[in-house]
Amino acid sequence: MNEPMLHPPPKVLVTKIGLDGHDRGSRLVAAFLRDAGMEVIYTPPWQQISTVVKMAMEEDVDVIGISSLATDHLIVPKLLQALRAAGLDDVEVIVGGIVPDREEAALLKVGVARVFHPGSPLEEIVDVVCRLTAKRRTKPALSLKEAP
Amino acid sequence: MSSPVPKRPTERYPAEVSAFDRSAARWREEYSRLAPDDAAIRNRSGIEVKPLYGPDDWSGENYLDDLGFPGQLPLTRGIYPSMHRGRPWSQRQLVGLGTPEDYNARLKQILAAGSTAVSLIPCNSVYRGYDVDEVDPLLLGTCGATVNTVEDMDICFRDIALGKISIGLNDPLPFTLLALLLAVAKRRDVPWGEITGTSNQSDYISHFVANHMFFRVALPGSRRILSDHIEFMNRHVPGWNPVSVVGQHMQQAGATPAQAMAFTLCTAIQYAEDCRARGMEPDAFLPRFTFFFDISISFFEEIAKLRAGRRLWAKIARDRLGAKDPRSWRFKFHAQTSGLDLTRAQPLNNIARSAIQAMAGIFGGLQSLHTDAYDEVLSTPTVEAARIAVATQNILRDEAHLADVIDPVGGSYYVEALTDQMEEEIERVIGEIDAAGGMYAAVDSGLVQTLIGESALAFQRQIESGAQKVVGVNAFQVEEDASARASLERPDPADIDKQIARYQRFKAARSRDGVQRALDALARAANDATQNSYEKVVDAALAGVTHGEICTCLRREMGFGQPLCIV
Repeated sequence: MNEPMLHPPPKVLVTKIGLDGHDRGSRLVAAFLRDAGMEVIYTPPWQQISTVVKMAMEEDVDVIGISSLATDHLIVPKLLQALRAAGLDDVEVIVGGIVPDREEAALLKVGVARVFHPGSPLEEIVDVVCRLTAKRRTKPALSLKEAP
Repeated sequence: MSSPVPKRPTERYPAEVSAFDRSAARWREEYSRLAPDDAAIRNRSGIEVKPLYGPDDWSGENYLDDLGFPGQLPLTRGIYPSMHRGRPWSQRQLVGLGTPEDYNARLKQILAAGSTAVSLIPCNSVYRGYDVDEVDPLLLGTCGATVNTVEDMDICFRDIALGKISIGLNDPLPFTLLALLLAVAKRRDVPWGEITGTSNQSDYISHFVANHMFFRVALPGSRRILSDHIEFMNRHVPGWNPVSVVGQHMQQAGATPAQAMAFTLCTAIQYAEDCRARGMEPDAFLPRFTFFFDISISFFEEIAKLRAGRRLWAKIARDRLGAKDPRSWRFKFHAQTSGLDLTRAQPLNNIARSAIQAMAGIFGGLQSLHTDAYDEVLSTPTVEAARIAVATQNILRDEAHLADVIDPVGGSYYVEALTDQMEEEIERVIGEIDAAGGMYAAVDSGLVQTLIGESALAFQRQIESGAQKVVGVNAFQVEEDASARASLERPDPADIDKQIARYQRFKAARSRDGVQRALDALARAANDATQNSYEKVVDAALAGVTHGEICTCLRREMGFGQPLCIV
């Protein structure tokens, strides 16, 4: 890394929701973020959306990374809804894996910060997580909830 | 670095030794001048690849011991005397999307096109052991067909003679789809003896380690159900292959080709020894063991991997497992071109990649092949991309004539030397697993997961650093308009609603007592090792119990399968 790591370093939850179990990508990304100096919470696949929200709240994570190789990205909008309902509007969500272009647009529209496709350089993921974390930390701790 | 130059051949050419040495020295000198910065090249398994191979690397002197003739030990050149010339490989494309009606329509198209080998890919909800009413409807039918009941299975194979086609079921344990298929056969008075095909997701170890899509029941329960399944199928459906040992999952998760082959062979040894421990004779079950491999784009390495694996399995089956029947020594395998090598950038390039991977598999002597569609990296494949994938196989067979000659790369100095080196590396890894107490113990402790994770990270770093070039990703990039790409439609929500309604009608119309009795019997068998648990799964399917109900019962009795995830 050329840039100095944030202090405290970004705290990232790397997880999978829905039904897909392919985890090569999520393990690689988790290992790479960890090696870049971040605090990474990694879970096995198939987490319930409610569990992810609870973990994000209890662990005060900056960024949630959702890996989806087999269409689980279709329920990511429900995760964003649940995060907002829990008052976690400021937690940034990124998605990585197989996401068709048309559906990527839909994800970005509902508030996903970024979608990483196969072939994305890991350095770029580190960079985006750092920037999203810095952005989150400059916001007031509790933003006033906007109407959805 | 070892010398790249063949030094001496053998005493067979004493008169020509000096001429050989002179020529070799001249080549070495010219090569060094033209390629002064030649750096060591290693393949994905870590074996150094030289610029030239010759008689010093492989002499062919021990032809019968090292290669033999096709169909003869050590089976290096192929498991059958006639191989692809006698019978081309089966084209077994993965098929499954939407509702049972969608699947049936697609299946009829495929059969009309002349295929005799089909596959059934169920929805991810089925993989995870759930019925349609247990998961978010948004996810239903997006990756495979929603099959939960004997009625669904009947629709999948409507107007199709079950005994006339070979069916590859992507059906992890407890093999509910197969139980539903057997129930449909019973309804139609098709004798089970006529049913042929493969349980091609039977390898719970690969699911626990690498492909968590299919892992449902905790490790000890899985171990028992698989042995029960093998025993039941050998007895009642002798034309079925109850085991497919899946190296593909290991390699897709990051194992090197040599590691993937070693883990596969160790897994097969584990399953065979578990069967033997129950008093089954190796020759009763080994002829129905099959294998499934990934074919990466590391062309010669994959050919060598498959040839070395075939030779090793013959040795293992005979010497280590004590099989006497030659059918037990045959390394029958299906292979799939690797989706990991496919790129999202410039996706049409993937057609070239799949063709090269398929060639490696064909030269490696596969029995059946799935070629990936070029758009798999973008979404579930579109119809056109799936058609091109099949056409690729037809072109390789009929236009390029790859099926005309048996083991056409056999005798190549490079391929034979590499086959020997891959075999050594595979045996080294097998030794490591044996030392850890065998495959079951090695995955229970996380050793295999750790090795795979390390290999995945090492390979990714090669790509990140540019040491491994990937066209369109870290080399030869072009600006492209991603939005212009065709994309697949998701299932119609109305069809999914109809499917859920039908499922609920099916459940409401069943004999509640019969269902309860079957589930009670299943639960008892799960806790009684003297019974065959798979027999009770089949009985449950016959009684109208659904896929999800069977999985729920076994999860409750045997524990939920949670993989050991190591980062």
